[in-house]
Amino acid sequence: MAEEPTPILKMENITKRFPGVLANDHANIEIYPGEVLALLGENGAGKSTLMNVLVGLYRPDEGDIFVRGEHVEIHSPSDAAALGIGMVHQNFMLVPTMTVAENIILGMDGLAFRPDLDKVARRIQEIAEHYNMNVDPYAYIWQLSVGEQQRVEILKLIYRGAEILILDEPTAVLTPQESHELANVLKVMTSEGKSAVFITHKMEEVMEFSHWVRVLRRGRVVDVKKTSETNPQELARLMVGREVLFRLEKEASEPGDVVLELQNVYADNEKGLPALQDVSFTIRQGEILGIAGVAGNGQRQLAEVITGLRKVTGGHIYIQGDEETNHSPLRMIKAGVSHIPADRIGMGAVGDMAVSDNLAMKGYREPPMADGGILHPQLILEFARKMIAAFRIATPSPATHIKFLSGGNIQKAILAREIDACKGLLVAVYPSRGLDVGATESVRKRLLEQRAQGRAVLLISEDLDELITIADRIAVLFEGRVMGIVDSHNADIDALGLMMAGVPKQEAIAETSG
Amino acid sequence: MQIIFEKRESVSRQAVILVPIVSFLVSLLFGAILLALSGANPFITYGAMFSGAFGTWNRFTETLVKAIPLMLTGLGVSIAFRMRFWNIGAEGQLTLGGVAAAGVALYLSQGLPGWLVLLLCILAGCIAGAIWAGVPAILKAYLKVDETLTTLMLNYVAILFSEQLYYVSWRAPGYNSGTAPFPETAWLPRIAGRAHIGLFFAIILAGILWFVFNRTRWGFELKIIGENQTAARYLGIDIERNIVLAILLSGAISGLAGASEVLGIARRLQQGLSVGYGYTAIIVAWMAQLNPIVILFVGILMAALLVGGDQIQMKMRLPAAVGLVLQGMILIPMLAGSIFTEYHIRIIRPQKTGVEAEA
Repeated sequence: MAEEPTPILKMENITKRFPGVLANDHANIEIYPGEVLALLGENGAGKSTLMNVLVGLYRPDEGDIFVRGEHVEIHSPSDAAALGIGMVHQNFMLVPTMTVAENIILGMDGLAFRPDLDKVARRIQEIAEHYNMNVDPYAYIWQLSVGEQQRVEILKLIYRGAEILILDEPTAVLTPQESHELANVLKVMTSEGKSAVFITHKMEEVMEFSHWVRVLRRGRVVDVKKTSETNPQELARLMVGREVLFRLEKEASEPGDVVLELQNVYADNEKGLPALQDVSFTIRQGEILGIAGVAGNGQRQLAEVITGLRKVTGGHIYIQGDEETNHSPLRMIKAGVSHIPADRIGMGAVGDMAVSDNLAMKGYREPPMADGGILHPQLILEFARKMIAAFRIATPSPATHIKFLSGGNIQKAILAREIDACKGLLVAVYPSRGLDVGATESVRKRLLEQRAQGRAVLLISEDLDELITIADRIAVLFEGRVMGIVDSHNADIDALGLMMAGVPKQEAIAETSG
Repeated sequence: MQIIFEKRESVSRQAVILVPIVSFLVSLLFGAILLALSGANPFITYGAMFSGAFGTWNRFTETLVKAIPLMLTGLGVSIAFRMRFWNIGAEGQLTLGGVAAAGVALYLSQGLPGWLVLLLCILAGCIAGAIWAGVPAILKAYLKVDETLTTLMLNYVAILFSEQLYYVSWRAPGYNSGTAPFPETAWLPRIAGRAHIGLFFAIILAGILWFVFNRTRWGFELKIIGENQTAARYLGIDIERNIVLAILLSGAISGLAGASEVLGIARRLQQGLSVGYGYTAIIVAWMAQLNPIVILFVGILMAALLVGGDQIQMKMRLPAAVGLVLQGMILIPMLAGSIFTEYHIRIIRPQKTGVEAEA
């Protein structure tokens, strides 16, 4: 081992058990001032658990933590904050109805009864400028995009004097540009001797952001690499313990009849502002239409109008030739629409019900699972067993509450249910977001399988590679408008990027080819 | 050493049975301390309570008399609670159910065949209870009006309305209060003592509800709505309609409790219909963790506490408050104990293992 200065943080032999799961198994990490450490691993590898132990949200069953060489006990996030450790969670901990400045000081010790918010705002402004972050301290959180909210979370930690920042999959919600800005923020921070732990399952990010990488598998740290001395292929192999296929074979398909047609669709968002404007497209049998765009440009509303969850304010929706504009979700389901929602846990699944129940939530209305309103538990269980096997859902038993499964397995269960019930159109919203390589691969394979079986698939994704690999055509949404639809086999990433930024198709193509 | 609570992966069957029993024993212990402090012998007091509730056949039937409305209203509110609809209006639904049954018995029964009178009285009670719950349900489902307030306020309306009837409008000549006795055709048959066939209603309904919750499409939808409304909407379930239907059923069962009470016990509408069963029902439902079968047993337990508490006031000459405090004391550990059905405790001893495992 090389002689080095004391690590600013060291976690030794951390073990954490959950019912039926060994989340961390004698995991070790260390990090030095001015360094970014990437924790790389599949979903459920124990990355988040390890960091939650560090910030005091979980108590480890075994193991020790040393900060600046001293043995410490961290019982709560405020203990962690006192040691200069702060974490940006995947789900932001911000109060939407309060301003940026208010959120940043919320819950701090030693606040005045009536804090001087202008002073706070000035300080925030200073920090933001120092790190090249653009944030208005007086803006309300609900007015901010997800990327901006993340900046607020980071600012909050710096404002409170954090020396070690933990970022839990920070780029999952960011556009490529925003990710780039984040990388710059981290560079400034590390140049000042601050450190960061970066949780991710994307190899490219490890390469872009970190100095060191620790690969976790099944709760164990399986390897430690210097980022400059490794490559994505090696990391992927370490992460999953086997070689991964990065390219999927897409067979040629002959599109059939039109399954979904949108004609000049308009819709509003929750705030009554236009979210979709004059959206028209069709999807045929055996075809995947990809929707590209920076998050928040109408993708969610698009999925919602097609699945009956949101009313259109203008235009028409036809499914398999029938007008289904503004029909209820149930009518849409009966018209043949299946939906893999963006919010798996909040919408796609019922956490406190069994895996088998969750799998039955589309089929329970009809025989064989139900007969004249009476359910057949035995047949529901049989169906669940079949799905669990076919989709390789890792669950202790069909009766386990689905919330105890990992994100990837919850998604597989939703996919199983929706694909089995699909009668024409599959609407998949960010289906591989947050999933590890193995699960992503299986999700994409399933979508291609549906295409091969003559279903129409609407794939909303923020991953351009995914869209180009899977989709037949790609429509780009910008501020609720379709900027153009391109064939994916001759799609150009740069042109797509320009369209995502609001440049119409013709100009974008002219600009990038010229 | 460290003691931690860990969430159970699935509810343990063993814990579901053991926890209430252990909690009950803890409750008795707490109660005993309280009794000892107030100068009463705990053993004798508990003995008096037990014998007061179960000591003779007669007393047991009186315990059943109180258990029946507790079981029925408990079943009623449990349906609402499964939907996260905080129906605390069982008292009003019960009262109005009693009023409606009385109205039919007194004023609409003439000239009808005997078997039909009782049936109509019961039906009227159910409908009245359903309407009384249905109003808040519709307000909640379609206008998002908070149901805790509306159900609670409607209790007062129903109770005062019933008082107006038996003190003024429906008062029988020659009485200070209370209506004339019902015709015999409107009497609910009794099984033993004053205990009436409302007991069978409760048992049958518990069975039906168990089946509905666990074996029917509708029960499945109710469960999804109760657990996650966003998911329910996404799955195409009509949330508003289902909430209203479930709450109508909830109110109808509490209305049935009221109808059974007036038709089976007093056999006239008079003071003493609203004595708080509808509120105790909330405790019954939660103690039973909304399981309809368990509600039957918890109903009997609560009734025994009520009857036994009355007994110790009379027999032991303890102040009336002691009986009530004792009831409260017994409830708290029972309710707190439910944490153990969802969590289990793990004790960790620091392990001295080889620390220098890997660098």
